[in-house]
Amino acid sequence: MLLAVVVKRAAMALLTLAGVAVVVFVLLRVVPGDPVAMMISPGASAADIAALKAHYGLDEPLLIQFWIWIKGVVSGDFGVSITLHRNVAAVLADRLPATLELAAAALVVAVALGGSIAIAGTLMRRTAGEAVIDGLNSIMLAVPDFIWALALVLLFVIAIPILPLTGRIDPVLAEGFHTKFYLAESIVTGRFAVAGNILSHMAMPTLALALPLAAVIVRLLKQSLKEAMVQDYVLLARIKGFRELRLVLQEALRNAVGPTLALTGVQFTFLIGGTVIVERIFAYPGIGNLAIDAVINRDFPLIQGLVLLFGLIFILVNIGVDLTVAALNPRLRHA
Amino acid sequence: MSALRLAIEALSAISLRDGNRPILRRVSLAIAVGEVHGVVGESGAGKSTIAKAILGIIPSQVRVAGGRITFEGRDLLALSTNELRGILGRDIALVPQDPSTAFNPSRRIDAQMTDGLRLKRGFSAKEARMRARALLEEVQIRDPERVLNSYPHQLSGGMRQRVLIAAAFGLEPKLVIADEPTTALDVTVQKQILRLIRALQERHGTSVLFVSHDLGVVAKICDRLSVLYMGKVVEQGSTADVLAAPSNAYTKALLAANPRYDRPDSGLEPTPPEVIAALRAEIAAFDRGARQAEHG
Repeated sequence: MLLAVVVKRAAMALLTLAGVAVVVFVLLRVVPGDPVAMMISPGASAADIAALKAHYGLDEPLLIQFWIWIKGVVSGDFGVSITLHRNVAAVLADRLPATLELAAAALVVAVALGGSIAIAGTLMRRTAGEAVIDGLNSIMLAVPDFIWALALVLLFVIAIPILPLTGRIDPVLAEGFHTKFYLAESIVTGRFAVAGNILSHMAMPTLALALPLAAVIVRLLKQSLKEAMVQDYVLLARIKGFRELRLVLQEALRNAVGPTLALTGVQFTFLIGGTVIVERIFAYPGIGNLAIDAVINRDFPLIQGLVLLFGLIFILVNIGVDLTVAALNPRLRHA
Repeated sequence: MSALRLAIEALSAISLRDGNRPILRRVSLAIAVGEVHGVVGESGAGKSTIAKAILGIIPSQVRVAGGRITFEGRDLLALSTNELRGILGRDIALVPQDPSTAFNPSRRIDAQMTDGLRLKRGFSAKEARMRARALLEEVQIRDPERVLNSYPHQLSGGMRQRVLIAAAFGLEPKLVIADEPTTALDVTVQKQILRLIRALQERHGTSVLFVSHDLGVVAKICDRLSVLYMGKVVEQGSTADVLAAPSNAYTKALLAANPRYDRPDSGLEPTPPEVIAALRAEIAAFDRGARQAEHG
């Protein structure tokens, strides 16, 4: 039963990725601008341009180009980046860990912050405290990630200069890593000073990405918790003499968390999309920042690889969310 | 007369949403140790409000306007939330109306039966589990281990109500509030559940406040009963006396409205309009008196 669902989802995922591949491939070649135009010097002759186009295979018919590319993709070869002159897969493998660590940190912060505020608001329901939370939350919901980024820079770089503005790690410390998961590796190997340095670099981009998601979590989870708190089983637990906080955590939370979890999954994919602009603002060396460079340079193979990677992440996140929702609901688990 | 366990004196409540309409009109009743007291009335008569007032879970649109609820010498209405929390679950327990919504759908029966025992009786996880097992056996559940490991949706309605009864009496409370515990069950299961409550109550010497709209059910299980109409007690006494010689016309009408399986042709009598009119006049006179007392 569960296996059938997973197989079905995997098939759907492949189909989706295939669609993404076609769309991005065609779009890149339909819109004006190509890598050759970005490379040539002003005085180049038509023959030079044609030679360059031929060099990158851009003179072939669209279908042939697609066939060559997709054949490579299926066998794990995503082509060579036109601007970086490196294998696209290797470039992505280099840059992806930075973004994964950033997105994971943002998710953890958003869930912890949003979850605690939602629980606090539930405990304070029908009081002035709840009104304050609702008011602040309405404002938070309206502020996008890049505005948070600018506000954080104003606060922590200009007003109280305690955080580094750009980068992922102090370059002096960026030696001796075996993986590109700098944060995870420095924690696992006990280099906490290094981890601290990485965290100080990640703090602002993490918050900029986390705060909009936290606001969404607060809004939805608090609503679901309030609905759960008037259920008969919560009333019965109250009559057993349990404290309010225990009623929220033990009785209401698990039954209320489903919609929030589903929405968090969707919002998390937006968060990963948000890494593009936020990584750019903080010059954070992840795939989001890379995507902007790739687009500016019309680096077709790199853009195609990046879009497929983003698509794959979106799909995996959604499958993960669905499985978690099912695991939390005993009725679905035993169905 | 044996010792009193619970005494409700002149309890009044009003609905804030509905122009301060009275919901309870100076209700008084007393429950002795080991006694089952039935509160009967049609829906909206205020039965559940009495139960909720004892448990401290009056909804926000209802306000207790006066009276006292004395339990073990303490006025429950005057206690702080913390003090009341100390009594609930240890001395007072509830058997709820609807067993399909009274369980947390995502926790096993085990967890939901043992959490109260651990909190209020200081049992270890293992002791609580053994106690829960014994309790399920006491309510004649044949395979308690399977039930303990189940989720609520895996049990039938009757089974769930047994578990709820076991959990309520398992805390060894002095008072159990049974709020229409058989209403959501079919008739054959109803009888077993009534017998079960009565047996447990007698074995443990528990006092029970039994709320029901069904005079037939109350007559089966209760030692004494109060008939409520529009929040006012219109009849009170031992079950035997009330059934043999009801003093109030409304009680008589209720008795006549009870289906008789032994006389299927006798038909059901609706409450005669003149009885309703008389009751309403009585309520109106009571409200006039209350207003005069307030202003006078």
